[in-house]
Amino acid sequence: MKHITKLLLAGSTALFASAAAAQQTHIRVAMQLEPPHLDPTSAAAQAIDAVVYSNIFEGLTRFMSDGSVVPGLAESWEISEDGLTYTFHLRDGVTFHDGTTMDAEDVKFSLDRARAEDSANAQKALFTSIADVTVIDPLTVQLTLSAPNGSLLFNLAWGDAVIVAPESIEDIATNPIGTGAFMFSNWVQGDRIDIARNPDYWGTPANLETATFRFISDPTAAFASVMAEDVDVFTGFPAPENLPQFEADPRFQVLVGNTEGETILAMNNQRAPFDNVLVRQAVAHAIDRQAVIDGAMYGLGTPIGTHFAPHHPDYVDLTGISQYDPERSRELLAEAGFADGFDTTLKLPPPSYARRGGEIIAAQLRAVGINAEIENQEWAQWLESTFRGYDFGLTIVSHTEPMDIGIYANPEYYFQYDNAELQELMATLDVTSDPAARSEMLAEAQTIIAEDYVNGYLFELAFPTVARAGIEGLWLNQPTSAIDLTGVTWP
Amino acid sequence: MTLPRSLIFGAILSLVFLGAALLSFVWTPYNIELLDIPSRLQGPSEAHWLGTDQLGRDIVSMLMMGARTSIAVALLAVGIGMGLGVPLGLVAAARRGSLLDEVIMRGNDLIFAFPSLVIAILITAVFGASAVNAIIAIGIFNVPVFARLTRGAALSFWSRDFILAARVSGKSPARISVEHILPNIGNLMIVQGTIQFSLGILAEAALSYIGLGAQPPTASWGRMLADAQTLASIAPHVALMPGLAIVFMVLGLNLMGDGLRDVLDPRIRRGRT
Repeated sequence: MKHITKLLLAGSTALFASAAAAQQTHIRVAMQLEPPHLDPTSAAAQAIDAVVYSNIFEGLTRFMSDGSVVPGLAESWEISEDGLTYTFHLRDGVTFHDGTTMDAEDVKFSLDRARAEDSANAQKALFTSIADVTVIDPLTVQLTLSAPNGSLLFNLAWGDAVIVAPESIEDIATNPIGTGAFMFSNWVQGDRIDIARNPDYWGTPANLETATFRFISDPTAAFASVMAEDVDVFTGFPAPENLPQFEADPRFQVLVGNTEGETILAMNNQRAPFDNVLVRQAVAHAIDRQAVIDGAMYGLGTPIGTHFAPHHPDYVDLTGISQYDPERSRELLAEAGFADGFDTTLKLPPPSYARRGGEIIAAQLRAVGINAEIENQEWAQWLESTFRGYDFGLTIVSHTEPMDIGIYANPEYYFQYDNAELQELMATLDVTSDPAARSEMLAEAQTIIAEDYVNGYLFELAFPTVARAGIEGLWLNQPTSAIDLTGVTWP
Repeated sequence: MTLPRSLIFGAILSLVFLGAALLSFVWTPYNIELLDIPSRLQGPSEAHWLGTDQLGRDIVSMLMMGARTSIAVALLAVGIGMGLGVPLGLVAAARRGSLLDEVIMRGNDLIFAFPSLVIAILITAVFGASAVNAIIAIGIFNVPVFARLTRGAALSFWSRDFILAARVSGKSPARISVEHILPNIGNLMIVQGTIQFSLGILAEAALSYIGLGAQPPTASWGRMLADAQTLASIAPHVALMPGLAIVFMVLGLNLMGDGLRDVLDPRIRRGRT
């Protein structure tokens, strides 16, 4: 009996050894949501960018994990004195995965397509300052702006601004063909997406030969899959309460990075009683941010007092304006004519920050007399009725787009904040390229929305990644939604 | 006559939960609406007999409030089932063989043919997740159970002599159903009601487990279980307690149902004596 066990053990170690050896060039990456399709230029779904950004598609510029913007398909560029003309010099010898060359015509095609009147691009605002795209020669392209835009290079780094080819645009949703270090190879819907190394990549080729993206939405299943080593990396791990266990386990490493996700308790600024600034202030003072962060996220997350990422150099800490103060909150409610509180709705989309945070916030609001009835919604339902239909009193959502304070200048945006002063400020900001002046204006904008208590500002979402020990080159932070595997190596 | 042991044991278990649910209206050890996040996930102690959950709420208090939700949902669902099912069954039996009988019973077959939980999910998904919709969803599926049982039992009485006597004396079928048949099948309804009640508890737990039952802050055993799922490896008691509550409640009701059948079912009783 004893030597049978030994034999079995020997057999299994051999198996594991060969599995480990085979794994050196393959990686299995899990994420929570499956992308609806694979065209980053026609949908806002972050899951699309997570899979294709940098891996399959590249733009003229690109983000690094620390949020910096570096040259992508454009090797270099010149900006005219007046800030109205950008001349991009493209890299030579770049080909798409189908063999066609990437040249200035493709750049013109991609940008014109994105900014066209009937474009399906989810971030058309990124391109509004572009007046014209001109091809100078196959490797030079010139962008003429209608007004100076200090954030053009940043805008072009977004996943929504990647370069696509007219030859392969037809099937981009199911067969994406880009210029990246990986090529799309297979998509088994509901299960996984496979990508493989691009042998003709223009830059440093990827270390990995193949990679598989898997989609595991249930937190319990996520925990089990990592523990059982069914996946090598889990990005955006959904159950923060399990992270200490992974940290204590020598088989794994835990990376906690920051995101651009300002998690807010959004208020319907056009609907009574939230059209009253006193009520909004009362709500803001009723919220104990630290309790929400500890209770819902097990301590992961940085408190914010305005709609801005705390790791950004222009961030102003305004948490003091909306300090937790239930007494003050009750006074304000009485002043606003709601001494006995009021009833409202709290719509919660699926992520755990919303569902768990919502339960805690509802309890905190109840403590000052506001009865917020919780309604859980699926994403489609939330987008339809809450985001587009304005049918809500309160809702919790994380705004993961980088530098998105501009949404406060859009009175049509779902929380419907309409303030001419801020709108003017943002319009001036758009045409200002002097860094010092921009900083000042951003600080002013942050202060305006914080003092107007537009929304309840909760915390900056953290981004936990669990990976097998020894794997290197994963992005720590999420300046944009991306699982960039181009620099990932096994030990 | 001695009561069957299963009835005593089942009744005690059920009464404990019923008592806890009733007690929760006037007293719980802690107020579950007040979260105390710093003292979350504590193990059982003198202050918290069964420990605290992920938001620092006392688990005993949560279970008491959850018992209230479970019992209320199941009771009302059985009420709907009986309230609609029994009259339908009586009508079908009184008009046996008629078109009306066919329509009623085939309608029941139709509802019966659907997997009940799937339709309950559909109902709550379409009309929104709430305790009321859970009651309606579970209630609808109790209707055919009671309708069939009533019709079957009532039919066996329609051919009996005392019913014939009533008919000869000129009583209408409606009056006969209410005055003579209903009292005779009451026992059967109590037994079936107990069984359906335990199934209702289970269905409510299942619906709230997948987030389609009572919404927070209303406590519910199923949702307690779902919330504690990812904590199973850190604080197993948080998941274990609501799980055990569901098990014991359903066990108690089933035992009680079996025991009641032994005592009340005329066929079994006659066979025994």
